Amino acid sequence: MTRPVRRLGALHPLTPGGHWAAYLILVLIFVAVFWLNPSFAEPASLMAFVKKAAPLVVLAVGQYFVIVNGEFDLSVGSLVGAQVVIAAKMLNGEESRTWPVLAFMIVFGLLIGLVNGLVTTVLRVPSFITTIGMMFVLYGAIRLWTGGAPTGALSVAFRQVGRGGFASPVGQFQIPWALVVVVVVAVLAVSLMRRPFGRTLVATGDNPRAAEFSGVHHAWVTTRAFLLSGFLATVAAVLIGGYAGVTAQVGAGLEFTAITAVVLGGVVLGGGRGTVPAAIAGALTLEALFTLFNQLSVPSTLRPTVQGAIIIAAVAFAALPRRHRSRPVSGAVAPEGREPLPAAG
Amino acid sequence: MSTAWSVTRRRHRLGSTEVVYLALLGLLALSAVLVAASGGNLFSQANLVDMLTRSSLLGMVAVGQTFVILSGSLDLSVGYVVAWSSLVAATTMAGDPARVPLGIAAALGVAALVGLANGTVITRLRVSPFIATLGVGLIIKGYLDTQYKGPAGEVPASFQAFGYSRIGPLPVSAIVMLALVAAGAVVLARTRLGHHMFAVGGSQDVARLSGIRTHRTVISAHVLSALMAGVAGVLIASRFGTGSALVYTAGYDLNSIAAVVLGGTLLAGGRGSVIGTAGGVLILGVIDTVFNILQVDPFFKDVLRGVIIIVAVAVYARRQIDPSSRRTRFPAGRTAGGEAR
Repeated sequence: MTRPVRRLGALHPLTPGGHWAAYLILVLIFVAVFWLNPSFAEPASLMAFVKKAAPLVVLAVGQYFVIVNGEFDLSVGSLVGAQVVIAAKMLNGEESRTWPVLAFMIVFGLLIGLVNGLVTTVLRVPSFITTIGMMFVLYGAIRLWTGGAPTGALSVAFRQVGRGGFASPVGQFQIPWALVVVVVVAVLAVSLMRRPFGRTLVATGDNPRAAEFSGVHHAWVTTRAFLLSGFLATVAAVLIGGYAGVTAQVGAGLEFTAITAVVLGGVVLGGGRGTVPAAIAGALTLEALFTLFNQLSVPSTLRPTVQGAIIIAAVAFAALPRRHRSRPVSGAVAPEGREPLPAAG
Repeated sequence: MSTAWSVTRRRHRLGSTEVVYLALLGLLALSAVLVAASGGNLFSQANLVDMLTRSSLLGMVAVGQTFVILSGSLDLSVGYVVAWSSLVAATTMAGDPARVPLGIAAALGVAALVGLANGTVITRLRVSPFIATLGVGLIIKGYLDTQYKGPAGEVPASFQAFGYSRIGPLPVSAIVMLALVAAGAVVLARTRLGHHMFAVGGSQDVARLSGIRTHRTVISAHVLSALMAGVAGVLIASRFGTGSALVYTAGYDLNSIAAVVLGGTLLAGGRGSVIGTAGGVLILGVIDTVFNILQVDPFFKDVLRGVIIIVAVAVYARRQIDPSSRRTRFPAGRTAGGEAR
């Protein structure tokens, strides 16, 4: 066995297809933001950015678990919307109900994840279809329940998580609770991926058959990924509800934004490739991009165009064949230039 | 090897098409009873026309989506293509009857270019179809939102009649849809392109090793899909009398994928039929019409639609797991060498 020759040394991960490309894009966008608006580097503005970005980061982590396992969760957007509306209707502005309602929301989120997971694994419906169906069901059921428009109000305590904070021990700024939530979620997710469950999750996404032959309980692993996605969508709903309040539109289209964020971080649709920090970097990149658009005063209507072009460019860049690494001569590895198309759906 | 052989062979494999139409018949019977119980007649001409009109636009988009899904790809940009081509058609016509053919040609041309872009990004840049078509869709959305603040263009009255008029009991838009379904079925069963789509969707590697230009097949599927969406856009323009960017909020992307899958086409590609898709579209159309007649809360329809899609695909999946439904690849007696058993 010859060892792979790394001609570019430490820079190799930054070449096309390298797993550091996601971080490179993030740094470039942040440099552009800081350069255009140096005051953005002040702690207060950074904390405001964190508060705005937190829901997407949490959603992206949830979507990461599902995508790295080779599945999709398109129901998270409508789940976030449903959870916010449920919270508003059940709380109806009363502080004393905050904790029971939070508990109910967590149970509801886990239940949706469980149904998604079981339908996908036991009934063998492709997760793309399962979660589209769930999206329609949640969308209709919530509006059926509230009669079209959301009613009620969130309690003050409930909204604290999304928009409140505590004074920083150093300096004159507030550390938002959202930052605490994001850090806790990130640390837990990273450590979960280092545990046997995480290894199994990636292995199953990479090659389900091989994973099953080595003793993985495929159905249960995938179901747990959906449970995590449902739970994290609930956390994101609490953050969004606190930050932005209750509207009928809340959560609409978030599933695509979350998937975009994860893919931007270099996580491969179809499973088996990518890390939690990369997914978080993808979410931050997307939010930083929106901030950059604000500073460049790109007309808001033109933003989807730039966003679309950048996603395609980023994914195409990551998909470029890697040329600078010579491979073992065993011939067991197919030349990458002839890779099949990425799987649909 | 005759074409007839491969056709009968394929029909044998696609048992789910029959299931779709059995489900449609069952649904029609149930709906007829429900509507009759509330004192109506589901099969009155007005209701039938309503059913077909509702189904026709989604039907066209879904036929194109079938090609794409069958080839192992996915098209999330169709909603934006419908909106864009409706605008191009209406603004090019600008109320002048003489410019109607030009308007249609321009709209279809724009749509075909989008399909070409989708296919090229997927095959040449090797971006996954999900991201590629989502990205192209977003690019179009941004352009439409910036360029058109409201409805634009004007369709001459002569062409507006096209959106509403009927030939006998059939609305013209439904005839166009049925023609496209028939054409799609012929393409899949009789042409080289159709056979290549099945092959590429079944296994890209095997197709390439068998000498099929897989990239060309995927690009063709995307161009066809965008063209179908373009036709739907032109019909929307003729129905509204003007082009509108807001058409993309109608959810043609996910609904067309749902209809295709409801019609028994495998989401992973390689198996399916346009006829099945038409059945899937009609199922959704019947539900729409019945709920409209019975005046049920429209949100309940969304719930039911979600449940139906999941249940239908679960039923198809069960049939595929069932070993008796599997095609015997090497029937006894036909093997050349005769394996020792």
